[in-house]
Amino acid sequence: MPFIPHTEKDTREMLEAIGAKSIDDLFDEIPEELKIDSLQHVPDAVTEMEISRLMRQRARMDGSPMCFIGAGAYEHHIPTAVWDIATRGEFYSAYTPYQAEASQGTLQTIYEYQTMITELTGLDVSNASLYDGASALAEASLMAVRTNRRVKSGRILLAPGVNPVYEQVAVAIAGAQGLSFERLPADAGTGNIDFNALPDDREPVAVVLQQPSFAGTLDDVDRLADWAHAQGALVIGIVNPTSLALLKPPGQWGEGGADIACGEGQPLGVPMSSGGPYFGFMTCKQGHVRQMPGRIVGRTTDLDGNPGFALTLQAREQHIRRSKATSNICTNQGLMVTAATIHMSLLGFDGLASVAKASHANTTTLVDGLCDIDGVERLYGGPYFHEVALKLDRPVAPLLDALAERDILGGFDLSQFAGTHALLVCATETKTAADLAAFVAAFSDVMASDQRKHA
Amino acid sequence: MNSQMDKNLIFDKSRSGRRAFAQAPFGGEATAIPASLLRSDRPRLPEASELQTVRHFTRLSQMNFSIDTQFYPLGSCTMKYNPRACNALALLPEFAGRHPLGPVSHGQGFLSCMYELQEMLKDVTGMKGVSLTPMAGAQGEFAGVAMIKAYHDSRGDHDRTEIICPDAAHGTNPATATMCGCTVVEVPTGPEGDIDFDALKNAVGPKTAGIMLTNPSTLGVFERRIKDVADIVHGAGGLLYYDGANLNAILGKVRPGDMDFDVIHMNLHKTFSTPHGGGGPGSGAVGVNNRLLPFMPIPVVGKREKNGEDYYYWLAEDDIPQSIGRLSGFMGNSGVLLRAYVYMRMLGRAGMLRVSEYATLNANYLAARLRDAGFELAFPTRRASHEFIVTLKQEAKVFNLTAMDLAKALLDKNYHAPTTYFPLLVPECLLIEPTETESKETLDNFVTAMIEIATAAKEGAQFKDAPYSMPVRRLDDVKAARQLDLAYRPEET
Repeated sequence: MPFIPHTEKDTREMLEAIGAKSIDDLFDEIPEELKIDSLQHVPDAVTEMEISRLMRQRARMDGSPMCFIGAGAYEHHIPTAVWDIATRGEFYSAYTPYQAEASQGTLQTIYEYQTMITELTGLDVSNASLYDGASALAEASLMAVRTNRRVKSGRILLAPGVNPVYEQVAVAIAGAQGLSFERLPADAGTGNIDFNALPDDREPVAVVLQQPSFAGTLDDVDRLADWAHAQGALVIGIVNPTSLALLKPPGQWGEGGADIACGEGQPLGVPMSSGGPYFGFMTCKQGHVRQMPGRIVGRTTDLDGNPGFALTLQAREQHIRRSKATSNICTNQGLMVTAATIHMSLLGFDGLASVAKASHANTTTLVDGLCDIDGVERLYGGPYFHEVALKLDRPVAPLLDALAERDILGGFDLSQFAGTHALLVCATETKTAADLAAFVAAFSDVMASDQRKHA
Repeated sequence: MNSQMDKNLIFDKSRSGRRAFAQAPFGGEATAIPASLLRSDRPRLPEASELQTVRHFTRLSQMNFSIDTQFYPLGSCTMKYNPRACNALALLPEFAGRHPLGPVSHGQGFLSCMYELQEMLKDVTGMKGVSLTPMAGAQGEFAGVAMIKAYHDSRGDHDRTEIICPDAAHGTNPATATMCGCTVVEVPTGPEGDIDFDALKNAVGPKTAGIMLTNPSTLGVFERRIKDVADIVHGAGGLLYYDGANLNAILGKVRPGDMDFDVIHMNLHKTFSTPHGGGGPGSGAVGVNNRLLPFMPIPVVGKREKNGEDYYYWLAEDDIPQSIGRLSGFMGNSGVLLRAYVYMRMLGRAGMLRVSEYATLNANYLAARLRDAGFELAFPTRRASHEFIVTLKQEAKVFNLTAMDLAKALLDKNYHAPTTYFPLLVPECLLIEPTETESKETLDNFVTAMIEIATAAKEGAQFKDAPYSMPVRRLDDVKAARQLDLAYRPEET
């Protein structure tokens, strides 16, 4: 019986104290016909040694390929201290800080996180976290509807650069409450907003801008934010936190700044881990704080007048407001926020900026190398951060398969979204010059052998 | 816990030019990004050395209660031991480093674990399909109700927009119904903790989309007439949603599918011992019966044979075209799912049953001991499930000892408090869940602490100012809400 401490003597004495003959007696209120004899498909127990061996075998099946995929999840160096500390039992096995006096560690960490993420995004207040970047857009959209009450259309306009999966998730989550999502027109040459074709009759509740875009481009967020505000809409910015060490933060977009910023927190010290657990972040202007979903930590004082931290504005939340809550969200990604806070503390702004610059430089080197190959060119011109869309002269999937056989994950197949043979590549600070050269050589090679095959 | 701990913010330790220099690339080249797109200000992130940072957050961790350091009988949260191996194995470099959009050729290890997890969860719930994507219980609830809505809509039954919830339900249940565009019909609880049957009969009708139930309920008792409840709701054309918050109580013993539930979410961070992490990550996998199979959230992991071997792959839009869609950017909290997989394999078939047996034994033992010591149980005629409720109605009236006071006094005795003031319908309520991983000695010592506090209160002691031994005293929640201080901004103070 793994993890159960009871000796036979304990069990006997405990049953005696209860006044029951057997453990089975304790289930005598459950109708007999509902009880099962045994499970069918759960295997017999294994020891830690056996499961360790099995998991290592399976991990080896997945290997450690060289990865040039981004598309919403990014490989970065994570300082050893981040997860060493985050997995201390006091963080790892605590729960939501309902008993504030016994949870000051988690609460202060969240307060420090709220400070750091508002600084990065250039906005006033932050919540403690949401599930992930995609669902954060759904929550931001619902929040915009609650905040921008004057506009009744329920219509959210998405810039061309918004991650298509984020849109799918937003539709799945927010669609049931009557929100609709529409795309703004794109300029075919840049992939960015076509400012000459912007509609002025849509009465949007909010306009969503993603910077950098899903395809890696950088848009004129100042102009777009100003246009959105002129339409009476709120501006929701989706941003990559690493990029904010270089790029203008959403709080400074245009004349008024974005009203809400959100995004995927994974690049801040969270392993890629097949997609989760990550965390979504959300910050906003001070005036919108009461419409925010999720936990929020505030600094206050205790009976002795000393500073301390507690969950606050809980009247927004489901355990108080029930069907009238801002969201049903409660437990979400606390531990990942702890890791991100430690990560940001270790890097500081200068460290984060050098990660951002090195990623940008590596991507530039990679793209220059790849574009020297016949049949490869950039899909869009213009500036980028650490991810670039390439246009190929042939289908992408077979090339990626051939690269995978060489243990290189050559990027994300963008073709279905771009309407042409397109590949999205990303090189973060984790890649060396030799890595980049190896990828370019391998790519050139598979293109050549692919050509031979088709010749 | 040392109340004299260093409580400075990391920002107080910052000095311009300081940082953990080994953690980021040296230098950094100029970029080709136009100046109009660049940031010109300098956000205030900490500037601290690696040691300062390590020491700061280690110190902060020591200001927490946790399962690893204290008994944590927080009702409805299943604060059981989180085996260390689950974490270590989920963070093996190949798993931790796997990109979510990596090809299945480089994911057979991960995907095989996910497929087997789906199969095991189907078995323990008695459902026909499982989707692992919901990222917490509340998102599992959302997925469940969204599937119920999609089912009715697919039959042209568009008027079914009412979700029935017992008055004792978790707040997430009614909040979820609202998120799914439904309205909530609340039904009361009878005197022994079962649902009020007549009220339920009156509540159902042609607008009923479904009912959300936790069984055992949030009151810590098993809904004895669950089959009749199912008949009434199904008879009215509604579906049954099982909130898996209390699955630990019946694991391996009774299956929601056998109770005629149509859809269920599981809290893997409760029943299957993935970490609570100071407020997540959770994981809210959903199970469905045949009726709801076409509507499962995507992606799901499939298996087929390829070259004589098992081959695992993603099932997505093309495979489940009526799906309610995607709820996360990739596949939910996948690393949490790996931890649950490891835990379930270590428990094994027989171990599953032992979980519910010993969780129930511990709860009933603790309830009996506290009852014998003079505490009033909210439902004294009922068996406890894996948790039970003590009401301090009398103590509050006679000795001015409220549930809040007792909770804070327990902190001074080095116990985390039980859940207080939930469910809302029991006055001065303590919801106590010991879990199966606690020893008899721990439970006995907890009873002693409870008796000591109650005795002191009866002798005139007041606990309005407790706790005394924590890093902070009782906090001013009103001030926290009125004078919002949600981020450190030294220039404003």
